[in-house]
Amino acid sequence: MSGDPVVEELLDVTVTVNGVPRHARVPARRLLSDFLRHDLGLTGTHVGCEHGVCGACTVLLDGRPARSCLVFAVTAQAHAVTTVEGLGTREAMGPVQRAFAECHGLQCGFCTPGFLTTVTAYLEEHPHPTQDEAREAISGNLCRCTGYQNIVRSVLRAAELREAAEADATAGDS
Amino acid sequence: MTTSMFGAPVQRREDPRLLTGGGRYLDDLGHDALAAALVRSPHAHARIRDIDVTDALDVDGLVGIWTHEDLPGRVGEPLPLLIPHPTLTHGRTQYALARDEVNHVGEPVVLVVARDRYVAEDACQRIRVDYELLSPVVGIEDARAATHLVHDDVPDNVSAHMLQEVGDVESAMAAAPHTLELDLSIERSASMPLEGRGVYARWDDEREELRIYSSTQTSTGVRAAVAAKLDLPLAKVECIAPDVGGGFGVKINHPWPEEVLVPWAARVLGRPVKWTEDRREHFVSSAHERGQLHRVRVGFDDDGRLLALDVKFWHDNGAYTPYGIIVPIITSTQLLGPYKPGTYRVEFWSLYTNTVLVTPYRGAGRPQGCFAMERTMDAIADELGLDRTEVRRRNFIQPDEMPWDHGLLFQDGRPLRYDSGDFPATLATLERLVGWDDFAAYRDQARAEGRRVGLGIGCYVEGTGVGPYEGGHIQVETSGRVNVSTGLTSQGQGHETVFAQVVASELGVRLEDVHVTTGDTRRMPYAVGTFASRAAVMSGNAIALAARQVRAKALRIAADALEVSPEDLEIVDGDVRVKGAPDTHMGLGTVSVMSNPLRYAFDEAAKAATQFAGSNDPDKPPVADDEEPGLEGKDFYSPTQATFANGMHAAVVETDPVTAEVRILRYCVVHDCGPMINPMVVEGQVHGGVAQGVGGALYERMVYDGGGQLLNASFMDFLMPYASEVPFIETDHLETPSPLNPLGIKGAGEAGCIPVSAVIASAIEDAEGFPIRSMPISPVELWELRRRHERGEWPSLRHAHGIPADPPAATAPGDPRDPRDPRDEPTPATRPEEQR
Repeated sequence: MSGDPVVEELLDVTVTVNGVPRHARVPARRLLSDFLRHDLGLTGTHVGCEHGVCGACTVLLDGRPARSCLVFAVTAQAHAVTTVEGLGTREAMGPVQRAFAECHGLQCGFCTPGFLTTVTAYLEEHPHPTQDEAREAISGNLCRCTGYQNIVRSVLRAAELREAAEADATAGDS
Repeated sequence: MTTSMFGAPVQRREDPRLLTGGGRYLDDLGHDALAAALVRSPHAHARIRDIDVTDALDVDGLVGIWTHEDLPGRVGEPLPLLIPHPTLTHGRTQYALARDEVNHVGEPVVLVVARDRYVAEDACQRIRVDYELLSPVVGIEDARAATHLVHDDVPDNVSAHMLQEVGDVESAMAAAPHTLELDLSIERSASMPLEGRGVYARWDDEREELRIYSSTQTSTGVRAAVAAKLDLPLAKVECIAPDVGGGFGVKINHPWPEEVLVPWAARVLGRPVKWTEDRREHFVSSAHERGQLHRVRVGFDDDGRLLALDVKFWHDNGAYTPYGIIVPIITSTQLLGPYKPGTYRVEFWSLYTNTVLVTPYRGAGRPQGCFAMERTMDAIADELGLDRTEVRRRNFIQPDEMPWDHGLLFQDGRPLRYDSGDFPATLATLERLVGWDDFAAYRDQARAEGRRVGLGIGCYVEGTGVGPYEGGHIQVETSGRVNVSTGLTSQGQGHETVFAQVVASELGVRLEDVHVTTGDTRRMPYAVGTFASRAAVMSGNAIALAARQVRAKALRIAADALEVSPEDLEIVDGDVRVKGAPDTHMGLGTVSVMSNPLRYAFDEAAKAATQFAGSNDPDKPPVADDEEPGLEGKDFYSPTQATFANGMHAAVVETDPVTAEVRILRYCVVHDCGPMINPMVVEGQVHGGVAQGVGGALYERMVYDGGGQLLNASFMDFLMPYASEVPFIETDHLETPSPLNPLGIKGAGEAGCIPVSAVIASAIEDAEGFPIRSMPISPVELWELRRRHERGEWPSLRHAHGIPADPPAATAPGDPRDPRDPRDEPTPATRPEEQR
């Protein structure tokens, strides 16, 4: 026994999550995924591989998709994170969430939050994807259940729902 | 709407929760729990000399460290052998923590519990285990040679040897005009759900009760196993499968070492403890499947009809056999598919290796069997110069020959007897869907463009809905809410929705009033589990039977109150009403009030019930001798045998003339699982199965080195298909009802993945003009086969279509005549647009 206990230094981290500043005192090595899930209790973000391949843990970091298992919580200090909880509620789902429900774009649902955040960011930049573009857009996320076909459909349907929502909003403005 | 719920493609009721972060998977629970981590063996085969934990004791936040010698009583005994079989003469199971010896990389050796997982892993890193290395046995050939033994007391590494024979194969083979012999192999793969395993346990010291949450396919199994291991009364243990992030077979084994260790630690410490498997752990410490070598001898007549089929195969069961030999038994029986084999003999050896153990992975031995049989069918067609569909057609069991008894014992120990199916119709549908007869023209056109394309086919029959039983319980609350519970679990199959559809149809209530609970031993302690495509058949029928009981009771009570005959009543949208006179009615909630003589007026239904007098005979007890209070029903469904679904797939592939990359241009599925409760869900199951099959055909394999190290234990290196690798899947359905169960349904969960390796191999073979005998196949392997074929070391097909006698010259690297971008859209003729 060496005698000295092995103790970790803790750091204060504040991240704006789904529009709300959230704070926790964590070790420097705490992953953003664990910070969200275990320090903040936002368990919608899932961890499938912890090496950045499966995409289940994808969140939006300042609006861009990022693998939260490859980001330290401390590096998200003063940045904005959007998780699946920030995309809509059960009573008022966002267009991407509604599209996945309509098109049976999920089975076990474990990888789904990563798809939802990825697709949300994609449609911001490419609001009118073709079928092949939709397939390409999701081809960085692994799903073991659906065979992807209905996820592709979901992306296209989400684009329609977004467009309809925008049209409604425009009509409401005038 | 109520009566049409069965068969409607209704949206899933689980989804709003799962889509908004409201899912509750194992690791989402227990934020106050301590974290467990395990020191696992880095060696495939070694003796443990010493374990030194001294340095780990310095880690701040450490709570406890345990090795095998710390485990008391049954916790320290070997884990159970779940499914013994007379031919499994040398079954072996592991200890929760290794005692003296480790038999694969990843076997748990030391348990650590700490404040959080980071700290627990810190402590694990500081624990030193001194090993004496032993010679590892890796792969089937190594195991078969038996130069070294996995277990000292298991001769020749053989855990089981089994033989079944129907008819006199030797005589039939000797008399057959033609014979062929084929060696066919399939590599190891794994279920690989996106959520790994996990277990979380809470010990209640005041009540001396244990609650376990496990990411399992069988909560009743885990409950019973843990109660026995921890020497607790069953009544003091409850187990809940929360949302489970995929299973595909790997979560059916129980108890896993961690499912014993974590509850035990929680009880010892008096504090909640949780273990969440990480991805590397999943690769090296859960389970794999698929690894088998097959030798097929077949005798047939001039028309291609089977006369004798003789199959020997060798199954790699890994280091232990906790789940018995289900996988090779399934291969040995389900290999026959839709065909009459003439005479049949099958013999297998299940072999120990110093690698991760085997449990069923979606399809469970059928992909291997289908590969062996379908490769054989293609070989017969090639030998005789017949169309591949024609050979199949000539060997089909005909619809009027059903039920068909193969004379073999199936995986459940009951006769392998097909209940129904129309194989000729299925094939005809597939031929139309894929355009079988038009393919020659397409091939010619492609060839003129310097492209290599091939068409493949694969047929299978899948025994689904194996027993012994499942149960259903239904209770109607006074509010009209219908609570349904069944004991088997859900891993994404939409059970909350499809079982609600069954109840809505049977009982005549609105879907939104039905609430389904699965996998909670508090609600249904008797259950088996979700595997073998059995959930819809077993629990679906049990729930339907329970619903019929509730309906009968509701009609009886309402008839009494409304002073009519039960036959004159119907239930529509949760309202019991007189047929043809809907103004005379009462809600099911009101019926529920009337079913219980204790009528406190808590709610509107109770007040409404007061208007119905009912009988109040003072000479009779308020609850009759043959009655129970409450509008409830409970029943079990237990079939005499499995039901048999079937399907046929076809694919068009293109192989790159330079890189040998395989691209699937079209993938067509015709599937028959009887009446579909929810076609959308069935279709989703088929899609997912095909995607896993594509992985198994082209990408997924466990690569072990000679020392027993798994070289690709990460998602970087074990390649599962992304959206970019899975083709658009065209589907059609037949609905041949099963005569065996009230709903006439058959299972659909595994179908999609069963024939894919056979289909893709058939298509590649067709494109290349030489046989494919081993899957998965990578571009490197196909390229190597081409070189061997060119050198005359690998045979040609006798009736090759794929490669013309003088191959086009446009195959050199960098050749400007090879202009195709692999991402180019195929012509509309080859792949229809995806349906929106």
